[in-house]
Amino acid sequence: MQILQYFINGISIGAVYAIIALGYTMVYGIAKMLNFAHGDIIMVGAYISFCVTNYLGLPAIVSVVISMAVCTVLGIVIEGLAYKPLRGAPSLAVLITAIGVSYFLQNAAQLIWSSSAKNFTSIVTFAPIRLFDGKLVVTGEVLVTVLVSVVVMFALTWFTGSTRTGKAMRAVSEDQDAAQLMGINVNRTISTTFAIGSALAAVAGVLLCSTVPTLQPTTGSMPGIRAFTAAVLGGIGSIPGAMLGGILIGIIETFAKAYISTQFSDAVVFSVLIIILLVKPAGLLGKQVQEKV
Amino acid sequence: MKKILQNKTTRTNLTTYALVTVAFLVLQALSSMGMLTSSVNGYLVPVCVYIVLTISLNLLVGVCGELSLGHAGFMGIGAFSGIVAAALLQSAVPNGTLRLITAMIVGGILAGFLGFLIGIPVLRLRGDYLAIVTLAFGEILKNLIGNMYIGTDAKGLHFSISASKMELLEGGTYLIAGPKGATGVEKLSTFSMGFVLILFTLFIVLNLINSKEGRAIKAIKENRIAAESVGINVTAFRMKAFVVSAFLAGMAGALFGLNFSSVTASKFNFNTSINILVFVVLGGMGNILGSVISATVLYLLPELMRGLDDLRMLLYAVVLIVVMLCTWSPSVKGWIQCVCDRVKGLFHKPGKEAVSNE
Repeated sequence: MQILQYFINGISIGAVYAIIALGYTMVYGIAKMLNFAHGDIIMVGAYISFCVTNYLGLPAIVSVVISMAVCTVLGIVIEGLAYKPLRGAPSLAVLITAIGVSYFLQNAAQLIWSSSAKNFTSIVTFAPIRLFDGKLVVTGEVLVTVLVSVVVMFALTWFTGSTRTGKAMRAVSEDQDAAQLMGINVNRTISTTFAIGSALAAVAGVLLCSTVPTLQPTTGSMPGIRAFTAAVLGGIGSIPGAMLGGILIGIIETFAKAYISTQFSDAVVFSVLIIILLVKPAGLLGKQVQEKV
Repeated sequence: MKKILQNKTTRTNLTTYALVTVAFLVLQALSSMGMLTSSVNGYLVPVCVYIVLTISLNLLVGVCGELSLGHAGFMGIGAFSGIVAAALLQSAVPNGTLRLITAMIVGGILAGFLGFLIGIPVLRLRGDYLAIVTLAFGEILKNLIGNMYIGTDAKGLHFSISASKMELLEGGTYLIAGPKGATGVEKLSTFSMGFVLILFTLFIVLNLINSKEGRAIKAIKENRIAAESVGINVTAFRMKAFVVSAFLAGMAGALFGLNFSSVTASKFNFNTSINILVFVVLGGMGNILGSVISATVLYLLPELMRGLDDLRMLLYAVVLIVVMLCTWSPSVKGWIQCVCDRVKGLFHKPGKEAVSNE
């Protein structure tokens, strides 16, 4: 029974990683950049939700919507100011800019909300489900997180597969120049991707802080790196891959903490990533691209 | 002599050595005259450490073209092995400088060896995947050294990865105590040794870049497939760059570790790796003199802005973004050009402006 409980906990945190990883994977697939600021947008999203519920006294669901809206705008602004001018620049230049944005967001948050940890009240209010005489507890957060991540994954799959904008995104990710020749507005497509990724980050932030209720300016950085690992593990650029990678990382982390050692959970997670990349260099569900001469 | 100086590379290299030496002599003179405040004195060794780290990472990122995000891991390995080596040699080698040199060599060799081991799997990958795996290894190294217990007692050296299994006899001391890190370290590092390490690093890296090996490494960066087709063993040369880089980072780590009375493994995290990478990119990829200057300026910048308190890291972030935009963005560059032309136009006759416009 204990194993099953760990398994459920692992899926719960893994689903949060999956939502973050979905944002990462979308942005990487289309803009071909490692957006290190993604983790910090998560943190901003959580703070916005925290402020709306605590200072304005609005219901939780409204706070999620507002936080999504703010993060979407933030994502578009960041993209327009910092990343758009660097289109076509070497990827390292964009990477450093993303790091700059990440520092900026963290320090701005520290200035606005101070570095002391805030106690985030969970947005999920209904009682946990107890199975097998209370031996197995499924909290409301677990249900909501898993449900949201599955819905988001299917929505994104549908969006990229069936809508006009989604198809444009796939075209841009395949070949930017060719997409431009076909009349696709590449800049607008990339901005849309950032908007979607940031909105997802806001959702992930609220869910993350509902599961782990401390909120600090650095809250987003470690889950950000884990989720990035998850995206790579599943095959970066692949939507089901991000989901699979996120859940796997969550489960591995929880089991490593429970059965191997709490201190070495990071080492175990990253070792698994390395081993998988050695066997499948493009990740679990990634496409192996042949290099052309 | 004149002929040698006509060679552009030699001239640049000599300038680098000369600049570093002059900077050292000036600072040393100021320091011995007591003109520097204690806080500035405290920055001297870390600046040396970061210069060496930046040069060594530049060899990997700038010259070899491999993005590594785990450089701080090697630094950490060097720091902790250096601390252990220095503590063990306390009775055998009474001379502090000699002990520091031994510690740096031990740290360098251990980091280089680990770099070799890590390089075997890592160098099979390319591009962003290589970056994420170096990140993973950096985190693993940090995690391992952060939970390692090393102690000495009458029976000799003890090593364990859990506190409960670690039993020292009476009178034994912990050299490294897990998450608490190394405490009570004897401060051996001096600014002069930092300077010597910088010269050593410059000597190795500059000679490597301008040797046959270095040209092969540069060829791999420019076009891997073309390099392979002319008979360059791509994996072997990438490995060489990786190991040399790790070795130098380990030496710098040992210097860093022996500069403070206590060091924890959390110092060698992802953020430190990223900081070093920022130094490399802002200094110029493959430009060694640029690395020296950017490491010095960017390390000191946040420290000197301490008066601004909370705003300093915010400003640092803005500086980072603005510099990147100014160097790489075509639109921002065009805009700057436009402003420059306007300013020039104010001082020059209108006729000249048209000529300077592109």
